Amino acid sequence: MQILITLVLMLILVPPAAAETIYVSNEQDNTVAVVDGATMTLQAAIDVGRRPRGMALSVDKKTLFVAEGDDNRIDVVDLAKRQVVGQLPSGADPEFFVVHPDGKRLFVANENDNQVSVVDIAGAKIIGTVDVGVEPEGMAVSADGRAVACTSETTSMVHLIDAATLELIDNLLVDTRPRAVAFSVDGKQLWVSSEIRGTVTVFDTATRAQTGKIEFEVPGIRREGVQAVGIEMSRDGATAYVALGPANRIAEVDTKTFTVRRLYLVGQRPWHVALSDDQKQLISANGNSGDISFIDLENQEVVKSLPVGRGPWGVVIGP
Amino acid sequence: MAISNIQLGLLDLSRTTLALAFVGLLAVAVPALAGPQTMVIGYLGEQRKLPLSLGPLDEAVTDDGLQGARLGIADDAGTGRFLGQQFRLQEKVLKPGEAPAEAVNAFAAAGISFIVADLDAAQLLQASAASGAQRMTLFNSRDPDDGLRQENCRRNILHTIPSRAMLADALAQYLVWKGWQHWFLLTGPHPDDLAMAAAFRRAATRFGAQITIDKPWTFRPANGRADTGHVTLQTEIPAATQVGDYDVLVVADEADEFGAYLEGRTALPRTVAGTQGLVATGWSAVDQEWGATQLQDRFHKQAGRWMLPSDYAAWLAVRSIGEAATRLHSLDPTAIAKYLRGDDFLLAGFKGQGLSFRPWDGQMRQPILIAGPRLLVSSSPQPGFLHQRTPLDTLGIDLEESTCRF
Repeated sequence: MQILITLVLMLILVPPAAAETIYVSNEQDNTVAVVDGATMTLQAAIDVGRRPRGMALSVDKKTLFVAEGDDNRIDVVDLAKRQVVGQLPSGADPEFFVVHPDGKRLFVANENDNQVSVVDIAGAKIIGTVDVGVEPEGMAVSADGRAVACTSETTSMVHLIDAATLELIDNLLVDTRPRAVAFSVDGKQLWVSSEIRGTVTVFDTATRAQTGKIEFEVPGIRREGVQAVGIEMSRDGATAYVALGPANRIAEVDTKTFTVRRLYLVGQRPWHVALSDDQKQLISANGNSGDISFIDLENQEVVKSLPVGRGPWGVVIGP
Repeated sequence: MAISNIQLGLLDLSRTTLALAFVGLLAVAVPALAGPQTMVIGYLGEQRKLPLSLGPLDEAVTDDGLQGARLGIADDAGTGRFLGQQFRLQEKVLKPGEAPAEAVNAFAAAGISFIVADLDAAQLLQASAASGAQRMTLFNSRDPDDGLRQENCRRNILHTIPSRAMLADALAQYLVWKGWQHWFLLTGPHPDDLAMAAAFRRAATRFGAQITIDKPWTFRPANGRADTGHVTLQTEIPAATQVGDYDVLVVADEADEFGAYLEGRTALPRTVAGTQGLVATGWSAVDQEWGATQLQDRFHKQAGRWMLPSDYAAWLAVRSIGEAATRLHSLDPTAIAKYLRGDDFLLAGFKGQGLSFRPWDGQMRQPILIAGPRLLVSSSPQPGFLHQRTPLDTLGIDLEESTCRF
């Protein structure tokens, strides 16, 4: 009896998983899937513009911005209403973008125009552009808001942009067809994935010297089948998660030693990954199998895959 | 540059004078052509007779290949401007029947080390034999001839256009994957058609398909655009395809004379594949996968038309040089030529994986698209066709079967 009471008490005392919502952009059916994080169930599909890919939350986390590549705009989704309530200009073919920590500006990669557009959210207008290499794609902003990074796929570079003056600080050569870029939590490092080489290159943000290179080996899969795309950093700065595209794996990387701790087998062709707020769950958006994978990081296992639509690409976790 | 105008002006002079004047002029022009940070790439094309336009939607294209090379230069410049490397295309289009050696030697005299050779096989071999070509790399961006990768291979030629063997293998893998193993092979009368048919026969043997019916096309090319031309075709095609049962009609008609008339008119209701219908090709305007949308868009913006396989092959050639220059941080032609042929070279070609050159015959490894008229159907190699090096080497002439000796 006492055991039972203890058990019941334990169940009551253990806080339930935080009420989180997972948003997934489906680039082929023009929706954003809404998934309840606690029950791991599909709640809704929000109709958005054509070819939604990059997404980001507003600073107050009440709004989701969605880049619509084929419509040359960014949709503004009210998360309480779960519908598009407005639009922002983005420049041509927006793919990925970031919300600046000032909460007022978006930095958008214009894949067809070889530039980054800066969008004033309140005024719904483009207030600046920066010329970068051919096919800009990945975007990141440092936590202090001073630097914005952008990769250009065909140019094989990451461009560092001064967020205030919009001038190019530096252009760093990386491995072929760079996709995602991320700042380390302390802002001191810049991580860049290369799709064709299947590598991640790490730079010192201040000196711009290359400080590390991570290669991924997946048993049974050849070099060309291992391609690095999305990157997510853990809040404690100790771990990076890298989606390996056609290798159908997510790599967990030790950020100090640059070694791969383990690989998670997920759905087909994961593009991007996102961590839950409590850092215990990782979600991958799997483009070819049309689902997302839930990875329990404490038990180090994939616990569920959930169909969410056609061509899942971006994933964002909000309240 | 004014060089091409000077060349045109000199064509009326006697041969000797021409050659001498040529070399002299170009020698003077060298510093302007190839400064320390500029890579000048030669483009050597030839005027071709326009093919007979089959349908009203067919566009007459006179600059295929050249436009691809130009886009390659623009893309190379994208990285180059951040590295202090400039790229420029020196264009030369041969008149019908004009031998390529003089142009190649002129390029050599101008300090050019890489040529996009948008030439047919015979012209290509002549170009590669020119004295000026001995220290050059020529990129075959035009001719799929298997002989160029076999007994006629050359040390100074790399091939960015897929060989017929690669195209046939790619299609065969897809048809076998579909379970369409019994083929009706219908072959046109021209040497290129016979070569394509030979590649289909080889592919069938390699991947376990059977050519149950093997027939030449003996009808004269019909013109479907003639008023009521369809009436003739509607009776001709069923007669020509009145054969035993098969799964798929594989057509070898590179001249595009009759293949397009087959679909929807065969005696049995069967799919048409090969050079028409479901085609195996290095590039197609219908592809928008693997980021190809951006390449297609900027090509269309530049050229005002869709990108053709020869454009893509020329683009690959110019981009290969650019990629090597990027990785080496150098425009040194000797280093670039060596790097292109090495293990580390990997080019992003909008086909989902890195592309490289086969050391045994200089052919660029690449996935081959299986394209329908409006949409991409598939891309080979197909799942399950394995290889000890890379699945890409299941397409075309493999190391073990290569007769190429440089």
